[in-house]
Amino acid sequence: MFKYFPHTKADIDAMLKSLNISSIDELFKDVPESVIFNSDYDVPSYMSESELRTHFAELSKKNQELTLFSGLGLYDHYQPAVIDALTSREEFMTSYTPYQPEISQGTLQYIFEYQSMIQTLTGLEVSNASMYDGATATAEACFMACAVTRRNKVLLSSTLNPNTINVIKTYLKYKELDWDFIVEKDGVVDIEDLKNKLNKDIAGVIVQKPNIYGIVENYEGFSELIKANKSLFVVNADISTLGVLKSPKEEGADIACGDCQSLGMPVAFGGPTLGYLATQKEYVRKMPGRICGYTHDLEGKRAFVLTLQAREQHIRRSKANSNICSNQSLMALFATIYLSTMGKNGLKQVNNLSYQGAHYLYEKLVATGKFFDPFQKPFLKEFTLKTSIAKETLQTALLENGIFGGVGLDIFGERYEGLINFSVTEKRTKAEIDNLVKIVEGLS
Amino acid sequence: MINYNKMIFELSNPGRIGYSLPRERFPEYNIGQIETQYLRKDELLLPEVSELDVLRHFTNISNKNFGVENGFYPLGSCTMKYNPKINEEMAGLKAFRNLHPLQPASTTQGALEVYYNLQQYLSEISGLHEFSLNPYAGAHGELVGLMVIKAYHEDRGDFKRKKIIIPDSAHGTNPASTTVCGMEAVEIVSNERGRVDLESLKAVLSDEIAGMMLTNPNTLGIFENDICEITKLVHEAGGLMYYDGANLNALLGKVRPGDMGFDVMHINLHKTFSTPHGGGGPGSGPVGVTEELAKYLPNPKIKKHEDYYYVENSKDALGQISSYFGNYLVALRAYTYIRTLGKENLRLVGPYATLNANYISNALKTAYELPIAGYCMHEVVFNGLINKETEVKTLDIAKRLLDFGMHAPTIYFPLLFPQSIMIEPTETESKETIDDFINVMHKIAIEAKEQPEILKQAPTTTPIRRTDEVFAAKMMIFSYKDYLEYINNRG
Amino acid sequence: MSKLVEGLYYSKSHEWVKLLGDDVALIGITDFAQSELGDVVFVDLPEAGDTISQEEEFGAVESVKAASDLIAPVSGEILEVNEELVGEPELLNKNPYDNWLLKVKLENNDELGSLLSSDQYADFIK
Repeated sequence: MFKYFPHTKADIDAMLKSLNISSIDELFKDVPESVIFNSDYDVPSYMSESELRTHFAELSKKNQELTLFSGLGLYDHYQPAVIDALTSREEFMTSYTPYQPEISQGTLQYIFEYQSMIQTLTGLEVSNASMYDGATATAEACFMACAVTRRNKVLLSSTLNPNTINVIKTYLKYKELDWDFIVEKDGVVDIEDLKNKLNKDIAGVIVQKPNIYGIVENYEGFSELIKANKSLFVVNADISTLGVLKSPKEEGADIACGDCQSLGMPVAFGGPTLGYLATQKEYVRKMPGRICGYTHDLEGKRAFVLTLQAREQHIRRSKANSNICSNQSLMALFATIYLSTMGKNGLKQVNNLSYQGAHYLYEKLVATGKFFDPFQKPFLKEFTLKTSIAKETLQTALLENGIFGGVGLDIFGERYEGLINFSVTEKRTKAEIDNLVKIVEGLS
Repeated sequence: MINYNKMIFELSNPGRIGYSLPRERFPEYNIGQIETQYLRKDELLLPEVSELDVLRHFTNISNKNFGVENGFYPLGSCTMKYNPKINEEMAGLKAFRNLHPLQPASTTQGALEVYYNLQQYLSEISGLHEFSLNPYAGAHGELVGLMVIKAYHEDRGDFKRKKIIIPDSAHGTNPASTTVCGMEAVEIVSNERGRVDLESLKAVLSDEIAGMMLTNPNTLGIFENDICEITKLVHEAGGLMYYDGANLNALLGKVRPGDMGFDVMHINLHKTFSTPHGGGGPGSGPVGVTEELAKYLPNPKIKKHEDYYYVENSKDALGQISSYFGNYLVALRAYTYIRTLGKENLRLVGPYATLNANYISNALKTAYELPIAGYCMHEVVFNGLINKETEVKTLDIAKRLLDFGMHAPTIYFPLLFPQSIMIEPTETESKETIDDFINVMHKIAIEAKEQPEILKQAPTTTPIRRTDEVFAAKMMIFSYKDYLEYINNRG
Repeated sequence: MSKLVEGLYYSKSHEWVKLLGDDVALIGITDFAQSELGDVVFVDLPEAGDTISQEEEFGAVESVKAASDLIAPVSGEILEVNEELVGEPELLNKNPYDNWLLKVKLENNDELGSLLSSDQYADFIK
């Protein structure tokens, strides 16, 4: 007997009897003998719950939770306690995709509220129900730009997060679409190079802010240039920063995309996080993913329902713009609860506190004389420096003190040699920051 | 409760807060110091509510939902089995969820060990050499699997092979993924026994075929007993075989896809390995391949040397399809599930799931039309009622089930039959629950004949009744802002 | 019973063609098509000035449950597009024969010979 298998011997006997067979094996008689797997899988024997807890306690000892002072796309923001309490409700967690709206109003309503919140943060007219992560959302935004303009090439800012770049390149390569890079100048995307590279082949231009260096880029002139070229302007942004930064709409963007991990999700060793994608209504039929719409039922009651499904894979099949089926629905609930709890003021405060901590650390580090800023540009909660301290020395010292920080961007490639990353959120206390400074002050 | 009808924005009261943040530590700095050209001017339409408001709101809307813990959930091809709570407890451990993926491997050996071992267990269960856990969902796994196939052919210098054979019974993600991967779907018909028609298959084989995508058991819940012949034919033509793992639950303990001749596959952890569906994700779609194809698996890869686990990025990889290790905490739940079942119980999953489905098939075939005779595997497909004289359609049957506190099965899929009802009970349902379901389905069949209006009006006991989907599509109200405009215009 | 109109040309992909003058024609979808689709919520059409080619896709009609490609029954240059369908796509359900999609200048009147008469189309959809 096993706790997840309810059948007793009596149950099985009764069921076999109703089928007029003597063993379950007879149900597999259509399966060729040559493929029947007759042994046990070579996996460990079963564990009881208490043994599992012990096992994981041992595994936990082999992990080290560090104080996070680097981000590069994943940030250690505060998670309100209400999030775990609500997202663990079974009705949310174990339910299926809301194809039967009559018994899925819970899911559908939070998706509608999520869409509303992404809409207001990006300023664009419609958000979908979520994507896997920021990188794949951006890749799909590239597909969208190509589908809308019927062109085959995109321009990517060199200051995009390298993981995002790698995912975009993989997606575009296999769909046989093309790309080129807009060079960076002093840590930001170079408008002069953009001017040179815009032509009738370009479907879209993709930028990121804050960019890989943490810099808040200035896109003055971008939207006009791109529109004149009949291309789409795609802005990738950490959604949390849009609480204070100029919105993609205000930048003149046609598509906004990025990651929502900053909205109350743990760093989770990389996943699950949540990708968002928003655009103007005129492009909605080329937008991938599910969309929830407002309607009413036959008694006139307010109701929410998945809509415009005729764009999706289960109807359009090979003609669909994307193959996305499952998205990250429960993570959209994380984001919705977070934004409901924080509200407009809380979100601004989170960004402000992060800004304060980041700038305090920045000034202290520069003041040691061992760090300097190669870019000298505005930043929010993350910044990039060069240092005279040997890389190994810095990393070892920080690690010994339980700190994850000053991560070298060269993990992404040689072109980032010498650049190191720091990020500070509202969770980092003065004591933690002063401690970090004290540690590096003594190094060379 | 179920009549709760407010949107979170409607609970808003300016000035109210629901958060607690630390005091300002460094007031000499302020975001206002950034030049205004970088800052947003547009107002944010976010709610201002208290913490209790948040709790009440989401608790109340959750009451309008139906999860596996509410009742029977026989959605075909979705494998809505029980989602164990011990998995949730382990996924909540701070020592895992607070790890940054860029931390040095020496500080994440426990996390990497779980990932690596899960890869190994999936290899064992599937009979394929190596796995990547990076794909975020089944459809994502399909895309990655197709990328592996394309990478393989291109690496051999063969750029002609751009076509993928797909049966007409396939799930929509199969042809959609094919298009996203820059290839062309070639559809072949099923024979009258619901299986791949070998002659149709032979007719499309050529040196333009990159491979074939197949689910086995197929979307009708029936085992493709010619599978060895199929894989042989495709291999002889130079193509690779892709296994869509959506129906893997039927095979746990009985058959391994690798042994059937498949070269690439994806698994849906949120189906076969009990991770929660989350209302539509996050899922996880690991991809497994033969030894020859392993080098193409996407970056980053988790490797092991002696007792040490580390992260590797290789030049041979097809590329990167995720920022890091995929939906790691979902994989961790699947790992926990496999450790809970162990080898002894994993081998019983397929047999029990299949027993349940056949029990239902046998009990309902007197009232519902069973289009393909013979045993099914873990799921059974009916083509509506045997009684074709009523006006009652599959949609009405599905809606009526909701009134009985059961989730509807999958409807109108596969497309092969106009009134498809696909029922998958899974192995975690008891005989009592299944008997209840059978009784309700018989009751509905009788209602269809004697009181069809009840079915046409169903559901009547759910939080809302049938919705106006035309209104939703036409009005395009996708946000609270749209809603306010709609109310304003309506007057 | 699907409604048919005499004097029109029909295609196997359920479009109709009505010859107006020498080489100008209207194109629309048949009653069979609109009833199969259900309530139409969106019509995706090209612009005036574009050209269409016989047997090639030129747009789509979308309902709640399906999205059907529109296949050109004849080739030609688009003179006018029925803008009313943008705001009221349901007109296609109300009267698919009055509510045309495109007005085109035919490239080659001979192409009409490859289309079906109303009787032939009636047989085809049986």
